[in-house]
Parts: sequence; C-alpha cells; structure tokens
Amino acid sequence: MTARRIIPCLDVRDGRVVKGVRFEGHVDMGDAADLAARYRDEGADELVFYDITASPEGRTLDYGWVRHIARLLDIPFSVAGGIRSVEQAGRCLDHGADKVSINSPALERPDLISDLAARFGSQCVVVGVDSKRSGDDWLVHQYTGDTTASRGAGRRTLDWIIEAQTLGAGEIVLNCMDEDGVRRGYDLGQLAAARARLTIPLVASGGAGAASHFLDVFTSANVSGALAASVFHTGALRIPELKAYLAGSGVEVRP
Amino acid sequence: MSTVTVVSYGAGNVASVQFALERLGATVRLTADPVEIADAERLILPGVGAAGYAMARLSELELIEPIRTYGRPLLGVCLGQQLLFETSEEGGGAPLLGLIPGTVRKMDPGADRPVPHMGWSALTVTRTDPLLEGVKDGDWAYFVHSYACPDGDATLACADYGGSVPAVVRNGNRWGCQFHPERSAATGARILRNFLDLSA
Repeated sequence: MTARRIIPCLDVRDGRVVKGVRFEGHVDMGDAADLAARYRDEGADELVFYDITASPEGRTLDYGWVRHIARLLDIPFSVAGGIRSVEQAGRCLDHGADKVSINSPALERPDLISDLAARFGSQCVVVGVDSKRSGDDWLVHQYTGDTTASRGAGRRTLDWIIEAQTLGAGEIVLNCMDEDGVRRGYDLGQLAAARARLTIPLVASGGAGAASHFLDVFTSANVSGALAASVFHTGALRIPELKAYLAGSGVEVRP
Repeated sequence: MSTVTVVSYGAGNVASVQFALERLGATVRLTADPVEIADAERLILPGVGAAGYAMARLSELELIEPIRTYGRPLLGVCLGQQLLFETSEEGGGAPLLGLIPGTVRKMDPGADRPVPHMGWSALTVTRTDPLLEGVKDGDWAYFVHSYACPDGDATLACADYGGSVPAVVRNGNRWGCQFHPERSAATGARILRNFLDLSA
C-alpha cells in the first residue's frame, strides 16, 4: 500500500504564499520557498504550488522559480497555473517539477490532457477540478483564481473527472469550493462519490481545519492524499502532530 | 568528489536528478553525447513517461549501444529501471535495452488500489548490496508508475502494492530504482550517495 499523503498547498502570487476564504480576500502568508522548506523538514509528503493569478491573466509560471523550488526539495511537487500547452508543461518538468496540474486549460481543451499524457506519461498529469454544490449535484467551475473571472464550466463534476481519467490524467485533485478555507472538514460525500468512480488516485482539497478532518477523509472517502493550505500556513496544525495522530488512529502515514 | 553523468535525452526528470546529486556535492554532467556517455565515470539513466517514446529517443540519439555496452556503474531511475529489462507491455511490446531478463508489465494491484502506484511505499530489502547500505526494511520511498518490472534474480528490494513490486534491482554493474530517489527524502539521498561511492 502507499502511505496516505499529506500535501500542503501553496497558492503563490509573485513568490509569496497567499490564502483566501472561498477563493476570495487573499492575505499574505509568507515567502513561498521558506514555507516549502519548512514543510519539507516537517514531513510533508508532497507539495503543490498554484500560481493562482497565472490562468486568469493568461500567462504561465515563472520557470526560474520552479527551478529554485526543485533545488530546494527532496520530496515531489507539482505546479499549476496557466499551463495550456505541451511545450509549457515540458518546460515545467524540465525545470524540476514532478507533475503539472491543469485546471481551466483542460476545460477549454480536454485534448490537452491526452496530449500531455502521450508525451510525458499519465503519472505527470494531474487534473485539478474546482467543484461547487448545485442542488443534489456538483458542478465544475473555472478561472477560480480571480473572482471577477470565475464562472461555471457547464459540466457535472462526476462526469468531468471520468472524462479526464479516460483522456489520461494520472491523478485528480478535487477542490470542493463550498468548503474552501472555512475549516469545517472535507466534503466527504462528494469525495466518496468521486472515489467510487475513479481508478486513478484522488486527492481531497478544501475544508481541512483539524486533524480529525484528515482522519475522516481517509477513512470515509478513501482518498490517496489530503491537500490543505491555511490550516498549515497559520500553524494551527503541524504536520508531525497530524501524522502522529493519524498513525495512532490506524492510518498508514510516512513518519 | 564524484563525477556523475546523467543521460539527458528528453524523456526524463533530468533537473530533479541533477539537483539531488548536487545536494550531495557531486559534479553532474548532463549529456546526450554517445562519446561522453561511453567515457562517463558513472552513469544515471532517468526516465518518465512511456517506454516506447524513451527507447525511440535513445535510438535517435544513437545512445542504445553506448548504454548497452557501458561497463562502469549505471543506475536507471523509474522508467530508467524498466528500460534495463528486455521488453515492456507498454506500447504493445516495446523492445528495451535487454540488460536484465524479463518483461515489464502493466500493474494490476486489485480494485481497491489506484493505478498509477503513486505515493510513498515502504521498502523491504531482500538482498544486501552496496547500493542499499544503510537502508532498512520499512524505509519509505516515493513511487510513481503504472508498469512494474518482473520480480526475479535481479531484485534487491521490493515494495508491496497488491503484490510484490521490484523497487531496486541489479545485474552486475547495472542497478535500477523503480522509485524516485531524488524525491525520496533521506532514503533516496542515502541511495544516491551509495551510488556515488561505488568504485567506478
């Protein structure tokens, strides 16, 4: 088996980590490289860097910055933000990223997923999905890094994740937007529904506020990893304490 | 200080391997030049993506023979380990380098385990080896793969993922790691340091 992964997510703007509540009102949380090194030392299993303004601004990541992070880390990391071509993804990987995560550009052109998988292999291709409850269902949103650009993508979440998997995605990160930044726990129902439909790894995102929320999402929704931001950035929860708690509750984690 | 040559052929996570070696103080040379590869003191063959694509790249660059006949320590990483074997089911039976007997097959770990095998798995060391000096049972390594090497005489360490997955292999002076040592924290650094310390 694999250990359940604890994945701090760094939303990055100009080299600084920022965090909002339900994707709005961003506050500065510190230097991205400093935080990345701290999480590496504390036992994070993987890191995700989202350049949250890249996609709405129609640009992509700073490759020099990717290289800087790659030199620093001895754990895997993925990068996201405005990657909309095989060439751009290749440059991220060439500069030391392990995976690229695509979101809005995959919705614009789903074949981007299969193009990336064919060229770099599925294991490099993460599809991030921003999902919001709508009645009894969940719908995909796009351009969520900018509240003025954010909008519905006209797709059901549970359909889109299957399409992404079929096209060659190696992993799905499901951001449950209703829970983002509010720290009352992951959306277990939505994540369990997604897990039941996928054969590739699923990573939970949105809503972590306490160690028990991680236990719940691993035991109830059977996800491979749990991503969280503010709960780690603020120091409310430290990774070593979280892992000790999970191990004590019978969840396999890497100490 | 050790000098290590990394095969840079457009199908590998070359930068992350380079940075991991540099963190250990090694001098790293990236090249796709057949002569430089043949002359290397020690050689790392990285690789991510599809086996067929990687072999086509090696062929275009005229690197298959220099790697096949390379006699000093060689370490294949991830797909680079798989390329050491004879054939892969990936891409409908792609011929590989043929340095270790056997066929690389699509993983089938059972319905409750996602594929790719992506994440940290504990190692079980099945044979002592200089590459695994200081590595213990239960040490964690980071894996990302959908195809697995055959378990056989070459296996030095395994991971368990719905069955035994060869994690470290060796045939003579050719070693392979299925996981990513460059992304496997202290365990990976130890293995890379051991590789740099092998007498060339």
